[in-house]
Amino acid sequence: MKFGIVTFPGSNGDYDAYRAPIDALAEESVYLWHKDHDLQGADVVILPGGFSYGDYLRPGAIARFSPIMQEVTAHARRGGPVLAICNGFQIACEAGLLPGALQRNASLKFVCAPIALRVENADTIFTSRYDARQLITVPIAHGDGRYSADEETLDRLEGEGQVVFRYAPDRLQAAEAYNPNGSMRDIAGIVSTEGNVLGMMPHPERAVDPVLGSADGLALFESILQRVAA
Amino acid sequence: MSRFKVAVQVVPRRGLLDPQGKAVADALHTLGFGGVSSVHVGRHLVLDVDASSEADARKLTRQMCERLLANPVTEDFEIATVAPA
Repeated sequence: MKFGIVTFPGSNGDYDAYRAPIDALAEESVYLWHKDHDLQGADVVILPGGFSYGDYLRPGAIARFSPIMQEVTAHARRGGPVLAICNGFQIACEAGLLPGALQRNASLKFVCAPIALRVENADTIFTSRYDARQLITVPIAHGDGRYSADEETLDRLEGEGQVVFRYAPDRLQAAEAYNPNGSMRDIAGIVSTEGNVLGMMPHPERAVDPVLGSADGLALFESILQRVAA
Repeated sequence: MSRFKVAVQVVPRRGLLDPQGKAVADALHTLGFGGVSSVHVGRHLVLDVDASSEADARKLTRQMCERLLANPVTEDFEIATVAPA
């Protein structure tokens, strides 16, 4: 299986996203330049983390108009899997692939730390190798990760099982301090209505080996491999 | 075609949490400006727009706001001025 990782000017998580399928799955990765119009046969597209276009205007607002986003959007509309991580999540929201928006962290601080997540839906193509309600640890690194949407959208996301990951208290944290950015309803990751686009602020590609501090992101890539290759 | 100078204000939607505005308000209070009850921090954009009329310039700017300059989920925009450049 081939993973296509889009590099925008200002992406900085593209190398991690490129390595994860190779190192963790022994699968193929290819870089996709944002100005190209070719997904190079990628089965899965990853929109990586970083600061595309310097976060000018709003994070993701300008990257969504990069030429390759036309192909990424067409791929998503065909049901092709898209994994949108951190800045990628912001881009996916701006592009209308996912509902809502990511706003400045409530604390106004950039937060870079391992964080506890609860797997809310283990029946997606991205999470089938997790257990429902499983607690995992995955790093975050963002200043604009506060998921926001209107109440109607939030209710629909919850009702349709589109909330995939939620920030959750772990053993070490006080119950009120586990949400690192003030996201509405503690939302850390959501899938599209059709389930083929996952947006998440945490970085699963930075948690695929115990030497990185956690291997809890590995199951996400294994889920994709299992479900998409099938 | 004429050229118009257009000013647009984009502000966080009222009612949504605006931590940046709150931080500025807190700092103003610290400086002794206790009469400030709320602050909202947004963006002020100035554009030179070629259009057939002032109404056309306003219409084009509105489209720009809806498609790029403001996020429809979290922000409101106001076209403050449209004047011959």
